[in-house]
Amino acid sequence: MTRGWRIIPLILLIWLVVGLAWRLVKPADPAIPSQLVNREVPAFVLEPALPSKPGLSSADLATGEPRLLNIFASWCVPCVAEAEVLGQLRNKGVRIDAIAVRDRPEAIAAFLARHGDPYQRIGSDPRSSVQISLGSSGVPETFVVDGKGVIRHQYIGPLTAANVPGVVDQLKALR
Amino acid sequence: MRWLPTLAALLLAVPAMADSDLPPAYWANRQLPDARQEAKAQGLMNELRCLVCQGQSIADSDAELAGDMRDLVRRRIAAGEKPGAIRAWLIQRYGAWISYKPTTEPAAWPLWLAPIALLLVGALLIRRRINLKAGR
Repeated sequence: MTRGWRIIPLILLIWLVVGLAWRLVKPADPAIPSQLVNREVPAFVLEPALPSKPGLSSADLATGEPRLLNIFASWCVPCVAEAEVLGQLRNKGVRIDAIAVRDRPEAIAAFLARHGDPYQRIGSDPRSSVQISLGSSGVPETFVVDGKGVIRHQYIGPLTAANVPGVVDQLKALR
Repeated sequence: MRWLPTLAALLLAVPAMADSDLPPAYWANRQLPDARQEAKAQGLMNELRCLVCQGQSIADSDAELAGDMRDLVRRRIAAGEKPGAIRAWLIQRYGAWISYKPTTEPAAWPLWLAPIALLLVGALLIRRRINLKAGR
């Protein structure tokens, strides 16, 4: 065998070490975006999560008015931080509907009483089935839905104050 | 002894709530009564990736969302849906990422070609060895 062949294992080893080190320094993004962006919201009907508010169905998301679809839960810690931001958006005239994942009416009522209630409708999704059908992988997530019920953008994780102008612009552009 | 209150606080601390207080979905941890259907569901659940504990299958994961996905898989299998159709439905939502079964898309071609390439390299090495020995 020639000498050239002998250094191939060494090259492979260096390649492997560099590859592993690169992933350690720069981990892969664990967020799984929904493939339904730019597609219609799949058909669903959810019971009201609270006795005082209407439930949510896919038909409610196609009324001609662009809106946000927020996926949240009273047991979700980042949702607490997001509640204030959603309140700001509501004050700017943004319509926000919600899906409460694996939640109880009393817990949702307590959460909204404590952190503010920006929602027009809240559907209850006790088995996460609508969440899964939307391609959502956790709470909180927010979909920007246009007037025809087509998902235009997805935010994974809590919306922050820095997102407010962008979300308002996106909704304005869809009007 | 100044560290004692800190230690006590650490020991008494309750982990931040990250799960709901609803019980697992009905079919999350329950086998289907029909053994053949359950086997189909198991086969599929072993090949679906958990969205929370990425790297585990939904059959292995204790995450609530994985339980809800097992419930969804068993319900659909019980309703007569084919595992392939359920897999396709999930891929439509989460992308090929959700399935452990390698696809035949061009991105996966190196994966399919690698064993053939390795076998060829092995055959080549053996031939060289034999030729070297024969030549001596």
